[in-house]
Amino acid sequence: MSAVDTVSFRRTRDLDPYKLGHREAGEHGLATGHGEGGPASKRVIVGYGFWIFLLSDVVLFSCLFAAHAVLQTATAGGPSGRELFNPWSIAIETACLLASSFTCGLSAVATGVRSQIWTQLTLAITGLLGLAFLLLEAHDFAGMVAAGAGPTRSAFLSSLFAVVGCHGCHVTAGLLWLGTMMAQVFFKGFRPNILRRLLCFNLFWHVLDIIWVALFTIVYLIGEGR
Amino acid sequence: MAAYARGLSAVRPSRYLPVSARIAAALATASLAGCSGGVLQPRGPIGAADSQILLDAVGIMSAIVVPTIAALFIFAWWFRASNPRARYQPDFVYSGRLEIIIWSIPILVIMFLGGVIWIGSHELDPYRPISADEPPLEVQVVSLDWKWLFIYPQQRIASVNELVIPVGTPVHFELTSASVMNAFFVPQLGSMIATMNGMKTQLNLTADHPGDYYGESTQYSGDGFSGMHFVVHAVAKDEFPRWVSTVQQDGPALDRNGYFDLLQQTQNARPFTYRSVDPSLFQAILTHQLPPGPGPYVGGAGPNVRPVGGR
Amino acid sequence: MFVPLAVGDMLGKLTLNAIPLDQPIPLIAGGVVILVVVAVIAWIVLRGHLPYLWREWITSVDHKRIGVMYVLLGLVMLLRGFIDAIMMRSQQALAFHAAGYLPPEHYDQVFSAHGTIMIFFAAMPLMIGLMNFVVPLQLGVRDVAFPTLNSTSFWLTATGALLVNISLVIGEFARTGWLPYPPLSEARYSPGVGVDYYLWALQISGVGTLLTGVNFVTTILKIRAPGMSYLRMPVFCWTALCANLLIVAAFPVLTATLAMLLLDRYLGFHFFTNSAGGNMMMFINLIWAWGHPEVYILVLPAFGVFSEVIPTFSGKPLFGYRSMVVATLFICLVSFLVWLHHFFTMGAGGDVNATFGIATSIIAVGTGVKIYNWMFTMYGGRIRFATPMLWSMGFLVTFTIGGMTGVLLAVPPADFQLHNSLFLVAHFHNVIIAGVLFAAFAGLTYWFPKAFGFRLHEGWGKAAFWFSLAGFYITFIPLYAVGLLGMTRRMQHYDLALWRPWVLAAGVGILVFMCALACQVIQLVVSIRRREELRDFTGDPWNGRSLEWSTASPPPAFNFAVLPNVQGEEPYWHIKRRAIETQQLTAEPDYQPIEMPRNSPTGFITAFFATVTGFALIWDIWWLVGVGLACAYAVFVWFAWRDVEEHQIPAEEVARIDRARRKAREEWLATEGHEEWLTSHGQGGTS
Repeated sequence: MSAVDTVSFRRTRDLDPYKLGHREAGEHGLATGHGEGGPASKRVIVGYGFWIFLLSDVVLFSCLFAAHAVLQTATAGGPSGRELFNPWSIAIETACLLASSFTCGLSAVATGVRSQIWTQLTLAITGLLGLAFLLLEAHDFAGMVAAGAGPTRSAFLSSLFAVVGCHGCHVTAGLLWLGTMMAQVFFKGFRPNILRRLLCFNLFWHVLDIIWVALFTIVYLIGEGR
Repeated sequence: MAAYARGLSAVRPSRYLPVSARIAAALATASLAGCSGGVLQPRGPIGAADSQILLDAVGIMSAIVVPTIAALFIFAWWFRASNPRARYQPDFVYSGRLEIIIWSIPILVIMFLGGVIWIGSHELDPYRPISADEPPLEVQVVSLDWKWLFIYPQQRIASVNELVIPVGTPVHFELTSASVMNAFFVPQLGSMIATMNGMKTQLNLTADHPGDYYGESTQYSGDGFSGMHFVVHAVAKDEFPRWVSTVQQDGPALDRNGYFDLLQQTQNARPFTYRSVDPSLFQAILTHQLPPGPGPYVGGAGPNVRPVGGR
Repeated sequence: MFVPLAVGDMLGKLTLNAIPLDQPIPLIAGGVVILVVVAVIAWIVLRGHLPYLWREWITSVDHKRIGVMYVLLGLVMLLRGFIDAIMMRSQQALAFHAAGYLPPEHYDQVFSAHGTIMIFFAAMPLMIGLMNFVVPLQLGVRDVAFPTLNSTSFWLTATGALLVNISLVIGEFARTGWLPYPPLSEARYSPGVGVDYYLWALQISGVGTLLTGVNFVTTILKIRAPGMSYLRMPVFCWTALCANLLIVAAFPVLTATLAMLLLDRYLGFHFFTNSAGGNMMMFINLIWAWGHPEVYILVLPAFGVFSEVIPTFSGKPLFGYRSMVVATLFICLVSFLVWLHHFFTMGAGGDVNATFGIATSIIAVGTGVKIYNWMFTMYGGRIRFATPMLWSMGFLVTFTIGGMTGVLLAVPPADFQLHNSLFLVAHFHNVIIAGVLFAAFAGLTYWFPKAFGFRLHEGWGKAAFWFSLAGFYITFIPLYAVGLLGMTRRMQHYDLALWRPWVLAAGVGILVFMCALACQVIQLVVSIRRREELRDFTGDPWNGRSLEWSTASPPPAFNFAVLPNVQGEEPYWHIKRRAIETQQLTAEPDYQPIEMPRNSPTGFITAFFATVTGFALIWDIWWLVGVGLACAYAVFVWFAWRDVEEHQIPAEEVARIDRARRKAREEWLATEGHEEWLTSHGQGGTS
């Protein structure tokens, strides 16, 4: 336990292979970050860090889900889920989002072969599908508000608007980011740091899709039954 | 454990205390000599049981904490660098035997304490009725901004900031709030419980000795919070009906209009009584048939209430 | 007196009414602060320090610089929070059957600000600052995973602190306590801007803290010197890891909960309102689901500091390293399972209360194990009672008492009588002061020479310690007593003679604490004045055991000329022992150019627009909100557009800096190191 070994600097006579920023994109080098090998490569670090951030975002959504579970029956005499939800609209939204995840994956493939035109095209389609999702959702919300079932009507509706709205805000931020990435790829090409950012964007978009699946299960499917 | 559980329903705290707890109690009492009225001077069985558990827990933990702190001082002093007699053991970084002891001591203490916690939490749950030969006195409590309303549904009277109860009779409280969260607490009688608008909480207490006891809110509720205390008069059993009939002869009636007056924010209210009370008032408050308090804007602001940039 | 401005709607709810012209205390306090700030800025600008400050500190992405700035922020806000504490104690001391000098609506802001500032803007920055400075050095690497993000985190935290302080002079602060329980914090019962200041300050700084969590988890798990496996990391890095894991898992809960309250207040939602189905108990559950991990976020790095200081000043390694690691992980995990003990009195019933009470007691096991491990670290050591070790002793004794009162409060029937009383207040101050504050000062004193190249003056440091210790006991032991006598917290005035002597005693205690504060300030001034006498030439003033002591004081930007190759625990200790044994340093390495991240103003400018946006949101200046958000986004895009992310330090420069360090070490080896070798060989050698 208490290591009595000595530490040797002998190896440092060689080139220090663990300098930051001196590695090609996609190459992991000697170090995997698992302690023994020294600091990991930038790509591993960026991907890992972004995953941790995404997990924290999942916690955020979990709180909203928990709140929704508590408030699902607090309709205060107002409309409940069953009366409000339009299954067709939700189905189309889900289809849009799932399709956008697919096209996002296609864009990752296009990036892998360094095709500017296909990357831009698939990213654009992803964005359009995401936009369609948002517009549909906004339309649903507007309809509910007009029918007197806005978020100020009851705690249940507050929670509904908040959790679906939070997801929608994330999609909006994602679209903004998407536009920025398209511009960056266009102007700068497939540099290592651009590739890392595209990786992060892909992760973000796919996790948003996973959250949506959880969301419509908890809010719409389970909520439908109340 | 069983004896301990039985002890919790006893009235006198001193009979069942272990020695260390008795010493702790004696020290605490000595240091508080000349004072009366705290948690360690209970005047009812709930308070007695609560404080007994408190002292027992102190005793259990002192058995560990006191030697630990002593050892800290001893080690620090003996192994100071200027002490030539202390043996320097720079390789002493692990000992299996010590590890077992180090982990066991807290675990054992916690296991014992866990038993105390489990039994105590159930026996002394505020909702648990007090077993007695007579039916309990019912009191409905409403916390307002910033005063307490006590309704006696059986006697059809009410009082503000003053609670009169007969000695020896268990009192069953039903509590709610007219506005923000508060907590009802009489330190010498026992446990506290929160009050929340739209929800009903319950509490069971008994006073064993006649006297005046300080009552307060322990959940901060706004600018008038510090003035939100009340007096509990524990009176002899035969005196209580006499007090009730005195109240019934004098004072305003508490109807829904009178309640709206009470809802307005006021501070440092003086105690007074109502000679009669609308029997459905508590239920109406609870179910929102009567609205919650309006806060500092609508209905007139109290003294020193000047919010800036209101919404 | 209502004075409408001509611009009318452009400024939302903001009017001249917002400035407290009729309240002397905030007016004078605010005036003094503004004067001091203006004076400091003027001095900086007129003396020509601004370019240096901008280049070397404000736009720095170096973890060491950011760490120092965090600590500075924490110390300044500690001062502000302490002034709030003085006001509270003095008001209570005066307000027996009297009104005191602080009317309720002011007193309520003071105690709310005291708690908010102390936890979010004093304790957190102090701990995060220490972690920032020390962790990469201890891991043997050059910086954290995301340096620019690190800078952004700091400046966003500073934004939160700034907003809270602005509320002193423009508007008001929250009057709800440091956790804004609804319905009191809803728009109906708190219609002013106070709660909004609180909410936006915490949302913005919460983003900063979350990003710090992401940064450090990634750093500790993915960026370590070659050979440094998990079980060779210093315990401070373990506690930093666990604290940051807690940040990542818990801070989103805070963000979500405060967001729900914001939606209630701004858009009329009904999460926690009295009507339309709102549930105030849900707020309390959610906020404490964050709140309890938060206190462990504060205290785990504190434990880590002591795990570094005690072995160093005892002259032996930490006892039971693996045990400490397990205990830390155990505390990290169980801290999520105990939150209900903050509201036993809300009426959850026997089963629920008992379960959480037992869980709370279980978490005490982890802490108890740590205390014993520290104790046995001292056993068999040669203890030097320098200032950091004094703080550690103070912690060990005082924290044990505080922990005991905590386990006491974990017993629901006891809590039924002590919840929200001054007994509770004394308990949490006991653990936070003895834990976090003492650790902050121990860590500051311990690592100050590393950061600045000279030690702090010992005499004044010891004086500060003794005054702090005395101040703590004199202030808070009476509060334990008066809590047992039934006094509840947050009282602006009281009428029971029974409580008076204790409240007065606590008032005396705070004056003793003030002396401690004065000693700290004097210590700093004296140390800076006498820095040549206190100079640390070798970089290892305390005979340290971990890697940060192998660098120069202060370390160069790149920390290590070559990353060390770690082959055991306490790598630096073994480097040193080997050097003493062989009476020579290891051979000079083959210096290579080093790439370091470029400085960036992104963090500062983003935070500037965050401040603007936050202020606009508080005062309903909607157009400014749009402008602020758009500009923040623009900054992000502008940063993303830069072509050059790193700069290279040439090999000659690295060599020059490192040779200076080696020269200082060689001198030490020739003198003191040689004496040590002689001693060890003359006495037949130590084991």
